[in-house]
Amino acid sequence: MELIFEKGAEGRHLSILPSCDAEQVEFGEFSRQTELRLPQVSENELSRHYTQLAERSYGVNNGFYPLGSCTMKYNPKVNEEAASFDGFTHIHPLQPEHTAQGCLEVFRLAEEALCEITGMDAMTFQPAAGAHGEFTGLLLIKAYHEKRGDSRRKKIIVPDSAHGTNPASAAMAGFEIVNIPSAPDGCVDLESLHKAVGEDTAGLMLTNPNTIGLFDKNILEITRIVHEAGGLNYYDGANLNAVMGLVRPGDMGFDVVHLNLHKTFSTPHGGGGPGSGPVGCKDFLEQFLPGKQVCGEDRLVSEKPDCSVGSVKAFNGNFLVVVKALAYILTLGNDGIQEASQNAVLNANYMAKKLEHIYDLPYGSHCMHEFVMSLEKLKQETKVSAMDVAKGLLDYGIHPPTMYFPLIVHEALMVEPTETESRETLDHAVKVFEKLWEQARQDGEKLHHAPVHAAVGRPDEVRAARQPVLRYQDSQTGK
Amino acid sequence: MQFPEELKYVKSHEWIKVEGDQARIGISDYAQDALGDLVFVNLPEVGDEVEAGDVFADVESVKAVSDIYSPVSGIVAAVNEELMENPEKINVDPYGAWMILVEKITETEECMDAAQYREYIENQE
Repeated sequence: MELIFEKGAEGRHLSILPSCDAEQVEFGEFSRQTELRLPQVSENELSRHYTQLAERSYGVNNGFYPLGSCTMKYNPKVNEEAASFDGFTHIHPLQPEHTAQGCLEVFRLAEEALCEITGMDAMTFQPAAGAHGEFTGLLLIKAYHEKRGDSRRKKIIVPDSAHGTNPASAAMAGFEIVNIPSAPDGCVDLESLHKAVGEDTAGLMLTNPNTIGLFDKNILEITRIVHEAGGLNYYDGANLNAVMGLVRPGDMGFDVVHLNLHKTFSTPHGGGGPGSGPVGCKDFLEQFLPGKQVCGEDRLVSEKPDCSVGSVKAFNGNFLVVVKALAYILTLGNDGIQEASQNAVLNANYMAKKLEHIYDLPYGSHCMHEFVMSLEKLKQETKVSAMDVAKGLLDYGIHPPTMYFPLIVHEALMVEPTETESRETLDHAVKVFEKLWEQARQDGEKLHHAPVHAAVGRPDEVRAARQPVLRYQDSQTGK
Repeated sequence: MQFPEELKYVKSHEWIKVEGDQARIGISDYAQDALGDLVFVNLPEVGDEVEAGDVFADVESVKAVSDIYSPVSGIVAAVNEELMENPEKINVDPYGAWMILVEKITETEECMDAAQYREYIENQE
């Protein structure tokens, strides 16, 4: 496909832009010396170009998207409508607060609802996404230890099944990382945890259900061990979609959580977002929260917490994402939130059960909202890898699951169907997985070249990593 | 899969070749196969201290980034700079593509010979 720069011809233009009504000024010596190289296309060409681009992309509006750990659920359009209201869009963060009471009310309601769901006492909406939330939560833990004058606590414990962002965020926040192995059942190994904690433990980062889709049965014991050693417990909310309205991180013994509104609370996700990664905490950490907290009764105001760690983003974070998440929560209500999680778990178990006769489930067929299959045996027997099967799915119009993650499972495919898919969709996906398995046994060679019907075939990942071309190069001049 | 007799191996899948009072270190055929096509190698510098059982380098494949552990404690005497430009050498010739040469060795981890290592891998699978 041609780039927009390669289309059109000299002098061609369109009439979408209004004529310039501002005074023209000369910049003198600061003027641009070379000519601006803008695309010159007609409205027709422009329209076709972007329609073609849209046709080449794939999202939840196109089809099934079981990307594990990403919760690619459907985004209800009513959320978008709420976020488009003038009162939410025609505002400025610096306008007087008494003229933006509705927006402050959104923060207050969202904080109340999300604290209820997570069992926390306060929440900041500044962080722009999950890893940003992790970093912010770790700053709270750091500030807590520093304020107590306990400078020895430099280590964050992370299990080997954790999302890669956990150790990365901890390192960014200035901590040392202690990795602990998982037990054979995929949960935290209590003995290793006992050995890892001590006077230098700042905290533990954990997601529950964990990365292989299991609810850690020892969760209360785990958080107790860390608390008794003087550390705090951080809950990575990546997998909250399994437990909303059923069990709360705050009741499991966690002190800080982050949520991904763009995963669990159905706001659009991927392709640059924007996302939102609010951080909730227990009351003793509220004084450290970044940005401002909404307070007041009849008249809402926002105030900076006493010992705030400072701002982690400008103003109020990605406000419209919060509006969408609040619309989602209010649409579903108490019962609906709970039902969403129950159906997410049901859908994952349904698919796992239907696939276990051909694909290995290294941790059994009971799971929470997602499950991990190992294709190691298939690869040994047929040379068809998890990558080949994932690429094969594209030819059937299904987005691949998460691949090669978690690292503790070889040839892993991690499937998260979410609650918004029908039984027919799940049955169809199961059939496709079965077809690919048969194809691997009969004509595995073909699968090495999949996809053949997608807009882009099999990219050469190795060459792309070894010899990356990082910017546009003109096909004629090579510049 | 090849496991040359003249080399020693450790459980984290590095090989070690003793050359007088120095040791050459790389990763085994099994390790390169499990990692897949390597696209980046991060090596220490000459003069750096390495410790037995500790990370001295990392390698990146299209799947993941993995740590490489040193089977000996000592000082890095030489680094195979060629791997920085051509990490695929490790995939093509894992025993030719040594990563570091260590001198002033003070400690060596418990090693396996080729037969023991082969058995160790088979038991793992």
